[in-house]
Amino acid sequence: MSPLTKSRRPERPSWEEPPTLIGQLIKGTVLSAVVLAVLIPMWSVLVTSVSSKKAIADAGGMVFMPRDFDISAYVLIFTRGEVSGAVWRSMLVTLAGTALSLGCTVLAAYGLSRPGSLWHRPLLLFFLITFLVGPGLIPSYLLVTSLGLKDSHWALILPAAVNAFNLVVVRQFFMGIPAELLDSARIDGAGEWAILGRIVLPLSKAVVAVVGLFYAVGYWNMYFNAVLYLNNADDHVAQQVLQAYILAGQSPAGIGSPPALGFSAPPSLAVKMAVVVVVLIPIVIVYPFIQRHFTKGVIAGAIKG
Amino acid sequence: MSSTKVAGPVQARPSPVPPAPEAPPKRNRSSFAARWRRDRVLLLMTAPAALLLLVFHYIPTLGNIVAFKDYDQWSGSTAVEAIVNSPWIGFTNFAELFEDSQFWDALRNTLAITTFQLVFFFPLPIALAILLNSVVSRRLRSFIQTVVYLPHFFSWVLVVTFFVQMLGGAGLLAQTLRDNGVQPWDVMTDPDTFIVLVSTESLWKDVGWGTIVFLAALTAIDQSLYEAAASDGANRWRRLWHVTLPGLRPVVILLLILQLGNSLSVGFEQFILQRDAVGRQAAEVLDTYVYYLGLVTQDYGVGAAAGLFKAAIGLVLILIANKLAHRFGEQGVFVKS
Repeated sequence: MSPLTKSRRPERPSWEEPPTLIGQLIKGTVLSAVVLAVLIPMWSVLVTSVSSKKAIADAGGMVFMPRDFDISAYVLIFTRGEVSGAVWRSMLVTLAGTALSLGCTVLAAYGLSRPGSLWHRPLLLFFLITFLVGPGLIPSYLLVTSLGLKDSHWALILPAAVNAFNLVVVRQFFMGIPAELLDSARIDGAGEWAILGRIVLPLSKAVVAVVGLFYAVGYWNMYFNAVLYLNNADDHVAQQVLQAYILAGQSPAGIGSPPALGFSAPPSLAVKMAVVVVVLIPIVIVYPFIQRHFTKGVIAGAIKG
Repeated sequence: MSSTKVAGPVQARPSPVPPAPEAPPKRNRSSFAARWRRDRVLLLMTAPAALLLLVFHYIPTLGNIVAFKDYDQWSGSTAVEAIVNSPWIGFTNFAELFEDSQFWDALRNTLAITTFQLVFFFPLPIALAILLNSVVSRRLRSFIQTVVYLPHFFSWVLVVTFFVQMLGGAGLLAQTLRDNGVQPWDVMTDPDTFIVLVSTESLWKDVGWGTIVFLAALTAIDQSLYEAAASDGANRWRRLWHVTLPGLRPVVILLLILQLGNSLSVGFEQFILQRDAVGRQAAEVLDTYVYYLGLVTQDYGVGAAAGLFKAAIGLVLILIANKLAHRFGEQGVFVKS
């Protein structure tokens, strides 16, 4: 797993011919274009969300150059309750869901990390088959409603709680921990719980962080299951509100019943963009802390799924 | 990398690569009672995850039998009971499905979109990875990586929102064009260019993320090969052709297999979000078809039949592709299958 970090060349090797000017130019242009394609939309949305009505009118829509700073859009959405309530619900779902998912995944990954243990092979197969065979939309929907989970936020969490792929990634990491380490702890009388908690987990912070991010992002971004299972506007989560504010205006016959917006007039552009920022912010804040672990090779394995 | 590749799933077929270094089974001969005493804690730890998958994955997978039933939602107090109580009707639902021209439209749209993306967009992450790999400054490179990975973590609602605000009728691009006296047209609602639009959205979201696996493969290439090639007089293009691309071949084949297996799946939320703006004719794909037929029209049986059809074809495709990969001497998808 180390070659990924190791082999970043600090400098150009001596046998490589010096770069040509035109080559450098093309490379620089392409890479800048790719970076700007990501940054410009985010920048423009942020600037518009903190612009006054006048600035937006002057720009004729989306604002690119910041002027006339005005945070009334944020004040509005957080006093109205509809957006803040949905964001709050999304955070609860994300926290509860990630805790449950990480707990189950780490425990099962440890439970399956010892080849030769009782029922190891059939259990592993039980998890891996889920890659190939999935339930499909209709049966899942029928099951979740049968369990009485409709209009409950557990309908977002339980069906997505265990991802076999994440489990395999964590298990793979656990199996790479030297067996001597675990054996010596066992000789000292440590049980499985102590070994997992005091030896394995402290060594696996990176992989747990990355898998935790995957789960958390999954819950935070969950949209379609929310549309399926949460019909009351009082239960809606952040992505549903974002869809209702922005895209439903664009497609009047938007799916599901468009929730009462709480605005007699359609929300102003600054308010819309403020909602976008609110949905975006948690991801942009959490991501850099986890991103430095990506290079540990966790992702190189992860991406193959 | 090879250590992450072999997850040890299906070992029935002799694998061309040596299996992952697994500890030799300890005391395999000991009695069941002894093994139970030794390993029951491990089983207890595995139980919650296994239980969740059993209930929310395996039971609904069995629930696909609804595709072979004349589902009557009033025949039981819950949907599961109703599935059990509904009468078997064999392949009637499938016959009905295959007579529905909308189904064939959805299938055609799906295949057109996946083929288009495979041909025009599959190579782009490879190109970007090679480009990134050639950036000498580590800090610059890691900055670019941080930025381009980010959209992968955005929800589809967010991605479509960005596209509407940038390229839509009232978006930044249209404004700029209008300011310069050009009459813009709304890409977000034009069915004729929808295939390009959705592909561009997918590209924007995942091109950076897609480079990760190629970057890992690039760093695994033996650097002395480049040096040897250079001292033999190979210029940078010949080194790209004769060293870099062959080095990427196993990963490329692996990802092509996965793509083939997924050729009936094109992100669900992306299409459901845009279907109404663009129109069913261009934007209906198999997944949205299943949703509208099964849950909106409440034709559960035929909807489930469509879902099952899609899953079965997908499974067959991935098994075929895996077999092909073995024939070409590649190791195939041991992680997935």
